[in-house]
Amino acid sequence: MPRKRLVGSAARERSIERALLGCASVSIVTTFAILVIFAVETFAFFTEVPLAKFLFDTEWTPLFADAHFGIWPLVAGTLLTSALAIAVAVPFGLLSAIYLGEFAPPRVRRILKPTLELLAGVPTIVYGYFALVVLTPMLQKVIPGLAGLNALSPGIVMGVMIVPMITSLSEDAIQAVPQSLREGAYALGAGRLATIFRVVLPTALSGIAASVVLAVSRAIGETMIVAIAAGQEPRLTADPRVPIETMTTFMVQIGLGDAPTGSLGYRTLFVVGASLFVMTFTANLFSHRLARRFRER
Amino acid sequence: MNRGRPPNRVLERGFVWLCFFATLLPIVVLALLLGDVVITGVGRLSWDFLTSFPSRNPDEAGIYPAVIGSVLLVALTGAFALPVGIATAIYLEEYGKRGRIANLVEINIANLAGVPSIIYGLLGLEVFVRFLGLGRSLLAGALTLGLLVLPIVIMASREALRTVPLEMREAGLALGATQWRTVRSVVLPMALPGILTGSILSVSRAIGEAAPLVMLGAATAMNFVPDGLLSPFTALPIQIFNWTSRPQAGFAVDAAAGIIVLMLTLLVLNGAAIWLRHRIQRRIFR
Repeated sequence: MPRKRLVGSAARERSIERALLGCASVSIVTTFAILVIFAVETFAFFTEVPLAKFLFDTEWTPLFADAHFGIWPLVAGTLLTSALAIAVAVPFGLLSAIYLGEFAPPRVRRILKPTLELLAGVPTIVYGYFALVVLTPMLQKVIPGLAGLNALSPGIVMGVMIVPMITSLSEDAIQAVPQSLREGAYALGAGRLATIFRVVLPTALSGIAASVVLAVSRAIGETMIVAIAAGQEPRLTADPRVPIETMTTFMVQIGLGDAPTGSLGYRTLFVVGASLFVMTFTANLFSHRLARRFRER
Repeated sequence: MNRGRPPNRVLERGFVWLCFFATLLPIVVLALLLGDVVITGVGRLSWDFLTSFPSRNPDEAGIYPAVIGSVLLVALTGAFALPVGIATAIYLEEYGKRGRIANLVEINIANLAGVPSIIYGLLGLEVFVRFLGLGRSLLAGALTLGLLVLPIVIMASREALRTVPLEMREAGLALGATQWRTVRSVVLPMALPGILTGSILSVSRAIGEAAPLVMLGAATAMNFVPDGLLSPFTALPIQIFNWTSRPQAGFAVDAAAGIIVLMLTLLVLNGAAIWLRHRIQRRIFR
């Protein structure tokens, strides 16, 4: 009865494929769930707090009796620490990408590359400890007026953490530049520096930009380093020496206390989370576009 | 171009060295910081530290519930994320290749991989803790971390599946095996070592995560060990976070000792993964 067996096994094949598809749809459901949760809680929030107060107030004090819901102090804190991190990560990431992509002998490269990757594998809680317990006291000796909690120290530490992200993606972009372009430059009498700065880097530019934008997204969403070392004082400032509060830190602050479900405090968690999600999602999308444009070239 | 000027060799050498030191410096900084942690914390490491409960007195505090919590958390996270992740990878690589659904799944995975971990905490809080009523439990924590590492498990597994040559699949099908039989008996055994290595690396990421667990409301100080899936829990990074945030210097020492334990655990797991990959590469690609 070979035919019957075939029918049985065809049915089995189909049910297996369905089961696999079921597993694959977990990721669709996850995205969907995130969007629904944010939509529902954000909507509930804005029935209590008018959108104008969220966008145009300059104070964020949702837990005080005199509650203000202006998101900008938190956004400013997030952007400040992220900018510091990027300021550290871009020069180091780019120079190391040039070194690994253009100069490093294969043996050195084989050792340096995975070692650099280690930086990204260290848990962020460990970096948070570094920022608060090691770096801040060191910086306080050099920078007068640096508070115990500040944006500078976690910003720098976060920069160190995201260096490998920029290195690895930028190096990919540099390596993808066709060898013939370099040879063309050399043939025209250009030296190595001129070749790198006038030919290789401009060609790889959108790939490098993609890596930087991705690093920005990572810095915006980074939580434990800033929660430990940057403070919990939302304020609109660009001064890296004083305590601030990032969006993620505020979320941790609420998470550690227990805001009862359905309370306004609980909803602020999701409103800030949704804002964070929108920011990182936009950055990721932008980075993706840049990377694709680079590949198409 | 620098018309008419010959390339400046000194400047070139200088630039190469600049790039070299720029590569080295972050590594050196990390090494120094880790060295500082070891010097601070190594004196606190003892059997007692590993087997004691947290305490108000920093000299008596230990990480027992945190270690147990982390071990259980990672085991459960793996138990959830590995089957789902590997199945997804198999679907994407072997079945739904050019389908609309497969395309949708791919977009979602790429998107989810870029979502900050704290957002997964919010997801877990709303879905697992509240909607499914699991409470601030070990299971809720593991499911949340499972979703968090899922994109990485999927990507690693796909990578491994892609290393299996197409001819092997064709040979299986030509012998009359069904597609699933080919996957199960030919493709998976060849890809398994790579899948395992990638999976260990992905799941080990879950050990260091603190932010999503804080959002779920993981306990910051526990004087008992989780006794079931629905028990409250704490984890190593949470314990370290708690100690780091305290003003007394003694707790900073405890935090440093906790960090040493966390880093050693990661080192062992990553070492195991690399060793596994090395062994397997030798066996298959001789």
